[in-house]
Amino acid sequence: MKNDFRARNHPAWWAFLVHRVSGLALAVFLPFHFWALGQVLGGEAALDGFLAWTEQPLVKAAEWGLVCLLAAHLAGGLRLLALEFLPWRDWQRSLLAAAAGLTIVVGLALALAL
Amino acid sequence: MTTLQVDVWRGAESGRYQRFEVPREAHQTVLDVVTYIQRRLDATLAYRFACRVGMCGSCAMTVNGVARWTCRTHVSKVAHGGRVEIGPLANLPVIKDLATDMREFFDKWARARGSLVPTVTRKDDFARVPPDSPARAAASAGIECIGCGVCYASCDVVAWNADYLGPAALNRAWTLVNDVRDGARVERLRAVAGDAGCHACHTHMSCTERCPKAIAPTASIAGLKRATALAVLKGEL
Amino acid sequence: MSARAETKLWIAQRASAAVLALCVVVHLMVIVYAVRGGLSAAEILGRTRGNPGWLAFYGVFVLAAAVHAPIGLRTIAMEWLGWRGRSLSIAVHLLALVLAVVGLRAAWAVFAP
Repeated sequence: MKNDFRARNHPAWWAFLVHRVSGLALAVFLPFHFWALGQVLGGEAALDGFLAWTEQPLVKAAEWGLVCLLAAHLAGGLRLLALEFLPWRDWQRSLLAAAAGLTIVVGLALALAL
Repeated sequence: MTTLQVDVWRGAESGRYQRFEVPREAHQTVLDVVTYIQRRLDATLAYRFACRVGMCGSCAMTVNGVARWTCRTHVSKVAHGGRVEIGPLANLPVIKDLATDMREFFDKWARARGSLVPTVTRKDDFARVPPDSPARAAASAGIECIGCGVCYASCDVVAWNADYLGPAALNRAWTLVNDVRDGARVERLRAVAGDAGCHACHTHMSCTERCPKAIAPTASIAGLKRATALAVLKGEL
Repeated sequence: MSARAETKLWIAQRASAAVLALCVVVHLMVIVYAVRGGLSAAEILGRTRGNPGWLAFYGVFVLAAAVHAPIGLRTIAMEWLGWRGRSLSIAVHLLALVLAVVGLRAAWAVFAP
């Protein structure tokens, strides 16, 4: 018999899913990120051309999303390092809340800056 | 008198949920419901129980999608809308209806070297172990496990990775790693390291969430991660 | 893979995670700062060109990511795609190499005059 979402419906599992999905998305994005920056080897104009493309609202939204994913993956990762290396305490829920909070802060900061 | 609609898994790996109508009683547990069905409605229903008072873990089943001890699950807590769904534990082969084959669960316990390897004989004196020493405290935190299988049934890594030893076996290994009387530390760390062992745990914490004895296998597995890493860095593993 | 090798993989993942944590905090701060008033190549390069500090920073960042991402993807491949064995190991090593090469190229690209 297999488990369904009812068995998974608790905070630590959602934290895992966010961490895994954000990691996957970032890993897929990373090669493009490196390639785009490497464009400057073709001269500043090449990079500026690319940056002009990124001004489109949809791209800006995607960028904001990616930064949120990065912040979420970082916060989740710090939580995991705490759970694996620090003495065990029963305040894991607080760790999760802290991680979520950190992610939101970064997302807001970027939204304001963009 | 109100009745409860109960959907019970019938069959083995393939099968279906069969609906029964069971009279509601005050202070009724899910085990009471299963017992009523087998005794009064359908004698062919197969299920396990023993103590019925929350000590043995035999009555563990999947109730509304969640692994629980049925003798310790009040119907009033789970019967939303007058319905309950009861199935066998997940992640284990189904023998019949609500009874699962637990052999793999215990085989993995053995593969994790979940038993003490003695270093003294009966002629030697007792070991003196301070109960509040850090090692003993760590062992004591996980020692109450009775092998009910709820954590194993709740773990998605068990479902995704056939070789994964699982939370109970790893938790037991951790209690032994912390047991000063044990003589097989390095072999045990080797047994629990790797893709089938502690490193496959992704801290979903379903085990800790569901354990009826309030043990935190996640904590034990984290301890094994640290112990195996240290052993590799020191060249012991 | 042996218990020893698997454990080393876990250590590498956690160690690179710690390095990345520091790098990402810096990176996020730079992003939020740099993005105000729009991005331009001149602005970015004004910071990084001829600056060995940024080159070193991005170099370390890239190498840590080239270790961390493939190990994570390996786990996902094994658990969700059922991919195992030699072919997965080769693919993972290849990915690490590609990330390192393309990443270091990018770090150099924003440093070199």
